[in-house]
Amino acid sequence: MASQPIKPKRITDIGPPNYENFLHPVIKSNYGQWKYHETLAPGVLCHVAESGARIYSVRAASPRLLSIQTLRLFASLADKYCGGYLRFTSRNNVEFLLDNPDNIEPLKKELAAEGFPVGGTNNSISNIVHTQGWVHCHSSATDASGLVKSVMDALYEDFVQEKLPAKLRIAVACCLNMCGAVHCSDIAILGIHRKPPQIRHDLLPKVCEVPTLISSCPTGAIRPATVGGKQSVEVIEEQCMYCGNCYTVCPAMPMNDPDNDGISIWVGGKVSNARTAPKFTKLAIPYLPNNPPRWPEVVQAVANIVDVYAKNAKRFERLGEWIERVGWPKFFELTGIPFTRYHIDDFKFAGLTYARSTHIRF
Amino acid sequence: MADNGKPKTELLDQLETGPWPSFVTEIKKAREGSPVCDDLLGQLELSYQEKKGHWKHGGIVGVLGYGGGVIGRYSDIPEQFPNVAHFHTIRVNQPSGWFYTSDAIRTLCDIWERHGSGLTNMHGSTGDIIFLGTRTNELEPTFKELTEAGFDLGGSGSSMRTPSCCLGQARCEWACYDSMKLCYDLTMAYQDELHRPPFPYKFKIKCAACPNDCVASIARADLSIIGTWKDDIQQDDAAVAAYAAGGLNIQKDVCDRCPTRCMDWDGATLTINNRECVRCMHCINAMPKALAPGKERGATILIGSKAPIVQGALLSSVLIPFIPADELLETVKELIGRVWEFWDEYGKNRERIGELIQRVGMANFLDAIGLDPAPEMISAPRDNPYVFFQTKSESNGN
Repeated sequence: MASQPIKPKRITDIGPPNYENFLHPVIKSNYGQWKYHETLAPGVLCHVAESGARIYSVRAASPRLLSIQTLRLFASLADKYCGGYLRFTSRNNVEFLLDNPDNIEPLKKELAAEGFPVGGTNNSISNIVHTQGWVHCHSSATDASGLVKSVMDALYEDFVQEKLPAKLRIAVACCLNMCGAVHCSDIAILGIHRKPPQIRHDLLPKVCEVPTLISSCPTGAIRPATVGGKQSVEVIEEQCMYCGNCYTVCPAMPMNDPDNDGISIWVGGKVSNARTAPKFTKLAIPYLPNNPPRWPEVVQAVANIVDVYAKNAKRFERLGEWIERVGWPKFFELTGIPFTRYHIDDFKFAGLTYARSTHIRF
Repeated sequence: MADNGKPKTELLDQLETGPWPSFVTEIKKAREGSPVCDDLLGQLELSYQEKKGHWKHGGIVGVLGYGGGVIGRYSDIPEQFPNVAHFHTIRVNQPSGWFYTSDAIRTLCDIWERHGSGLTNMHGSTGDIIFLGTRTNELEPTFKELTEAGFDLGGSGSSMRTPSCCLGQARCEWACYDSMKLCYDLTMAYQDELHRPPFPYKFKIKCAACPNDCVASIARADLSIIGTWKDDIQQDDAAVAAYAAGGLNIQKDVCDRCPTRCMDWDGATLTINNRECVRCMHCINAMPKALAPGKERGATILIGSKAPIVQGALLSSVLIPFIPADELLETVKELIGRVWEFWDEYGKNRERIGELIQRVGMANFLDAIGLDPAPEMISAPRDNPYVFFQTKSESNGN
């Protein structure tokens, strides 16, 4: 890098391109003037402006990890059917924005032929928000893309149809950092470590700052120690809850452990304010084995929860709202998931989740 | 190696079957022009065999004058997979609402074809365009081409992270303020904080134009700006009747699902007690042709959400119940200035603002940023009697 000559006209701090340059003319001329929308088919929305103008959106799944070859394909489909205008959703779907409804079916046909299903709207399972996993992350306890692929292959029909009681949003995070924000999803799939970090005493003094490392631990489980005459640390193992935070600040504390890493399943969170307040996901299954390439135990567990929810919830009831209505004992009974000591919180403010009434269903 | 000279990927190949689009297929597509992808597939196959990741993190890499936007990544087995020995991520600040033209997409693809793996994420969890995998010596040339094409880097580390937003008024009748413009204006206002990490830890801003919160701002942003309205829900009685005639059970599916039971349906007319409405959006979501947010629109500002690391996950909580839409930019900037000043002074290393507020207490935080307490900020007053009463001088004589 040092050999690169720095030109005087180097551009910095220009920020992102102005979005106005990328808006479809119908969107530009009706900006802030939308009246209502309707769903024409799963994955196909029609928004109607006060002026009577209409914009049609066709939403297709993507694996999030996209090659430039596929992006160019999306660009050429956008040229062919919608004047070159497209966008992506917060759940990594691609959306084509059309002003001519006659183009909807041919576009859908081409997307299907290229392997990109149309759907993900309303009471469906939309795309799974997820993290990098083994493709690109240093702290992942599992892969993310492979889990998403395996789960969505199994739940594909719920992406292309809208038959669930309400929307159902799934997220995958490959470690407790939760870059995928799984802490507020209907169903969350979370990679976990279950053993304290190994300590590379040979490496630690060279690559880590000990005070920073000690303060990184949420439970105060790391303390200074002299090992072999060198400054290092030790871990009070019974205080470690395997968050991996120490590894993020110190690469000499690796967490990866093929024999003990695995997956936990969480349920009942949401971010929308509709009906009930936003809520966190709660633990459903503390541990499932990490079983690539298809993670059959995880797929089966998620499919089972979706199935039980679909059969029992009332219309408009999100997974967490249904569980709150029928109660957690019923959730464990209907799903057949064993309730264990691990389900009872013992971190900060744990008592807030203890049952503090005699409201019990028999 | 397989016969074609490509690495054997027997486990990954199993992820190319089934109806859902495959990331393995994407990596294979990208290897047409990029030998990097062969080594990526090789290393990933090994991870699938061993159930173990093979990336090392860290290493300070970046572009000149910026302290963020590039995530250093190295293989821990570079002798086996030399083409991914360096495999850095570049975060590129996305346009508001993730809108593109096909030309813009092709421009990004061409740049990334010249300088990296040809693999992307559209988009990363915070919202950036992710260029996945390149070498240190390609960073500056990539940056040069990006800026010449009108793109810039996003945030990483202890910076203001790339703000993101829902599509708001571009295509949604529920938008209570112009989330795309506010996101853009805030991003432009804080380019320095975005590119040169000045804080104890990351700071995320997300702009959601209505309480449906399509960008998860209440769960994922240190500062959550969520659209709402003050006056009455706009109601079209004929359209309500049409929903009823069309089979929607208005009593059961709308009124009974209302969290404050503020609506009555007598079989012909829907009556809403708007003073009891909490603006949850359910009835509007259920009948988008018949109901709409009111006309006096703006946003609620909430603070402090984050994922679990370090002290546990938090949801944002209310800081300012309502700011009119046309005052949002100036008020939010004023607020951000005060919040950052306090955080800068009292925040510990890697302590998010939400965790700092938990540590010092919301009341002390309000004092510090000069906001008066309001009952909208809490779900209930305290239920313990351990009140620290202030001296006269501490409470400014109040």
